[in-house]
Amino acid sequence: MNDQATPEVVAGGSKRTAPPPIERIPVLRWVRENLVSTPFNAAVTAICLIGLIYFLPGFIEWALFDAVFVTSDHKVCRAAEGACWAVVGEKHRPMFFGVYPYEEHWRLIIAVLIYISAIVITMMPKFWSYRILVPAWIFTLVSTLTLMWGGFLGLAEVDTSQWGGLPLTMILFSGTLVIGFPLAILLALGRQSNMPAVKAVCVVFIESLRGVPLITILFVAVNVFPLFLPQGLEFDKLLRVVVGMAIFFACYEAEVIRGGLQAISKGQYEAAEALGLGYWHIMIRIILPQALRICLPGIVNHIIAAFKNTSFVLIIGLFDILTATTAVMQDPEWRRFTLEAYLCVGLVYFMFCYALSKYSQLVERWLSEGKRF
Amino acid sequence: MRQTIKSLAVLAVAGTAAFAAAPAVADDGPTLKAVKERGEVLCGVHQGRYGFAIADSQGKWKGLDVDFCRAVAAAVLGDSEKVKYMPLGSVQRFPALQSGEVDMLSRTTTITLTRDSALGLNFGPPTFYTGTGFMVRKSIGATKVDDLAGAAVCVFPGSTTEKNIAALFASKKMDYKPVVIESSKQLVGAYMSGRCDVLAMDQAGLPGHQQFDASNPADHMIIPGVYSKEPLGVGVRAGDDQWFDIIKWVTHVTFNAEEWGISSKNVDEMKASNDINIQRLLGVKGDLGAKLGLDKEWAYRVVKQVGNYGEIYDSNWGPPLNLERGINELWTKGGLMYGFPMK
Amino acid sequence: METKNKTDESIFYSNAFRSVAYQAVLFGLLTLLGWYLYSNVNENLARQGIATGWNFLTTSSGFDIGESVIRYDAGDTYGRALLVGFLNTLRVAVLGIVLATFLGVFMGVARVSSNWLLSTIASWYVEICRNVPVVLHVIFWGTVIHLLPAPKQAIIPFEGAFIMNRGVVMPFPVANDAYVWVGVALLVGIIGVVVLNKWAQRKRERTGEYIPTLWKGLGVLIAPPLLVWLAFGAPLVWDVPSLQGFNFKGGLQFSPELIALLVGITFYTGAFIAEIVRSGIQSVASGQIEAARALGLRPGFIMRYVTMPQALRVIVPPTTSQYLSLTKNSSLGVLIGYPDLVNIGNTTLNQTGQSVEAIAVMMMVYLSISIVISICMNIYNRVAAIKER
Repeated sequence: MNDQATPEVVAGGSKRTAPPPIERIPVLRWVRENLVSTPFNAAVTAICLIGLIYFLPGFIEWALFDAVFVTSDHKVCRAAEGACWAVVGEKHRPMFFGVYPYEEHWRLIIAVLIYISAIVITMMPKFWSYRILVPAWIFTLVSTLTLMWGGFLGLAEVDTSQWGGLPLTMILFSGTLVIGFPLAILLALGRQSNMPAVKAVCVVFIESLRGVPLITILFVAVNVFPLFLPQGLEFDKLLRVVVGMAIFFACYEAEVIRGGLQAISKGQYEAAEALGLGYWHIMIRIILPQALRICLPGIVNHIIAAFKNTSFVLIIGLFDILTATTAVMQDPEWRRFTLEAYLCVGLVYFMFCYALSKYSQLVERWLSEGKRF
Repeated sequence: MRQTIKSLAVLAVAGTAAFAAAPAVADDGPTLKAVKERGEVLCGVHQGRYGFAIADSQGKWKGLDVDFCRAVAAAVLGDSEKVKYMPLGSVQRFPALQSGEVDMLSRTTTITLTRDSALGLNFGPPTFYTGTGFMVRKSIGATKVDDLAGAAVCVFPGSTTEKNIAALFASKKMDYKPVVIESSKQLVGAYMSGRCDVLAMDQAGLPGHQQFDASNPADHMIIPGVYSKEPLGVGVRAGDDQWFDIIKWVTHVTFNAEEWGISSKNVDEMKASNDINIQRLLGVKGDLGAKLGLDKEWAYRVVKQVGNYGEIYDSNWGPPLNLERGINELWTKGGLMYGFPMK
Repeated sequence: METKNKTDESIFYSNAFRSVAYQAVLFGLLTLLGWYLYSNVNENLARQGIATGWNFLTTSSGFDIGESVIRYDAGDTYGRALLVGFLNTLRVAVLGIVLATFLGVFMGVARVSSNWLLSTIASWYVEICRNVPVVLHVIFWGTVIHLLPAPKQAIIPFEGAFIMNRGVVMPFPVANDAYVWVGVALLVGIIGVVVLNKWAQRKRERTGEYIPTLWKGLGVLIAPPLLVWLAFGAPLVWDVPSLQGFNFKGGLQFSPELIALLVGITFYTGAFIAEIVRSGIQSVASGQIEAARALGLRPGFIMRYVTMPQALRVIVPPTTSQYLSLTKNSSLGVLIGYPDLVNIGNTTLNQTGQSVEAIAVMMMVYLSISIVISICMNIYNRVAAIKER
């Protein structure tokens, strides 16, 4: 329906003889080629325009012209017709940082900055070596955690129960990756194994966990798992939740990595074996670095999913950014502007996930261009 | 964080030791032992109900249920601030207690036979008596329960209220639409935004929501009368009698202290009292604490740091909520609060 | 060289032996772990006096459920309550799958459109919706729906339908005996369409004549039920909802929770399906379409016999996993109070205290749904696989 016409050819053909005036104005030519190239296309454009005219002005008025951007008085917002973005200014501290002591928030800001720079470094191929990434991440995790925890150099100690908001989202996310990624590799290798028992265990594990919702896994981690431990042995709830999310993540990621492993030619295994290398040596030094590069876009997609999945802790009451926002926005004076607050949180998730997905597309292009990294 | 590191260490040790030998467990008082080692009482509280448990913007908890957590911490650890509060949803609370996530559940929990038996819980003496109540918007024009036929009712899942209204509406042959959301704030928000006609919960919880959660409190009214018996008490896991006894007797300390006129203000002078009961309670004579695995001054600290029941009640239900004590008065004043003999 | 010598010397260095030994150790460890966890849970439950077993399924639940497709009241058993939850899950999942497919296919096709405006709108939709967590989608719509007006000030899109913070109600035909036969006639119509397509295909293969079947097929599909309905005297009485007391009675009612959940998971999953459809269409080499066009084939024919068979082979497998994840995400109903399986299971585990059993029920049900869908998809894949001739 949309590939019937090739306007370029028509345009090029007519240009040689007598170019109509419209062709000389780039904007009009662009409009003609992209919006009204055929009657059908023109009709589609018209429908889209009608739809936009119907919705867009109302939305813009609500979001911009009638909106209140700065006020600390909820009555001003109530009087206004449009959105109350001021609610974000009023509530952003508890939204982003939960009940962490107010005057210590600067520590969290520094921690978040360190964390984001570590992610940026990790995304650049020129830093891809164990010697750079491992120390960088150890430094990141240690420094952010000690910053948040405090208790030295005059920094007040802040208990984990007061951690919340964006930092908790980050902890859940990095915990999921740190525990989940090695597990995913083990599961993928196990599923590719020649040993039937190992393979069977991995298949059953992966497939059964992929078949259930994340919520039920979190319920198990929170409600049921402690019953499986002997009396007196207890784990932090946060740790249990992170492990649950990591296992869930690993099962999906394992399937992606398996795809990468399958793409490595048999000759590679045989050549390595002929050299007399052991299994783990072959895997870590030869196969995995290639396999992981091949399936990197898929890996990044599941990392994005893992980031979004951190929001599931809303159900079990851990104070990530979404839970904190939900709780803060029950303030009766500001409650009716919850939508604006959610839109703001949505923007935070969007920025992070969008950046990662663009990165994933970039990597895909590198791969198709055969770039070495 | 400390918890996490400790857990990791335990995991490492347990991983190696678990299969070799079952971990050594003390024969008595595992909860008390764990609490003392941890230096903190893990107390499950409501996510936010005025008068019972509510966190202010600094994350500091306040309320009647909260005060009983503090009383236990004062008795066991010597400091009423050594409590870690775990806000729990109505559905989450029992699994949290069963699984050991909390040591005690002081969360507007009604004592019922099923919960006591099949759920594997034990309940201390009731700390508050209330009943199911209903709040409605005045604009719907309902003044009694019979006017509520066909209404949408916001109620917590897994609560006794949920079952009470099912029975109440069935007995009146009226139908209704339950709207159940576990998150306390979201449920109240659903009622306030007009999703439900009625908010049903323990009646004592309603004035707080009317006062603080409604944009205009005068738009709402609480339907007079209570429609069930809801004795609220502190729950603990079954199978640890010592911990259960501590919870039980800390509660009785607050009742007895009020009856005998001991308050947080005069407790030091009262140590000099000639009354043998008071002397025993405050640890001047005898050693009641040792029988519970505590020290002599356990009850003294409860009164000193938290107060007697009357003080607890007034600080949480006094202004601005101004809830009449009613049956929550001492038995000597016609109520139901009756401290057992402490000897 | 060395290793080779060793393997000759002793069976301890033989690969086969090592492999067996590893597997035996793994198997032993797993059994031990299973036994260890089992004994712990038994000991814990016994010490705390928590009830165990499946008896709770047959005891009375004592709580009501807001919406149900089968009859249910507080006197019914936990087993039936869980069944209600399961059916509610299926209902929202089926509706969600249908809506997300429509939305996804439309947006996917729109993204590859040569119309700049349309493809821009579609890519905005895709980027925004898939980069925001589904949890946020659901609670966002849950909030939006609470901001709608109360029943008395309801929005009326057309006569008899109402949109408000109590959900959406609209007129619905009153049940009539004739409708059973209309349904049968519809079935006949569907069979007729299949037969017609087969006939057209065979004729085309024999004679090379292309018979467009779209309008004919529609006629065959609609005619039988329409005729049966007319034969019964065209019975049609609308059950128009009306405001009685607090709420609307009658008509077709959708609760706000159902709508919020449905809209949330549809928008989210639709964005992923749109991406899958886009990449499916783009995966068909453009040379094929040009070649088909050069042969003088008609656009509809090209779509049906050149583009779609190839694109579908790329589209279907990932779409299946999107259907699965939509079904699993429907469990987010618990957040906004939609009585799905997880919500009811949650209440059950709270009231009976039997968390192990209740969560096991939830997991088993979802696992079964996944397995059933996977089996269906494997059958489809076998049918749709490239047939070598």
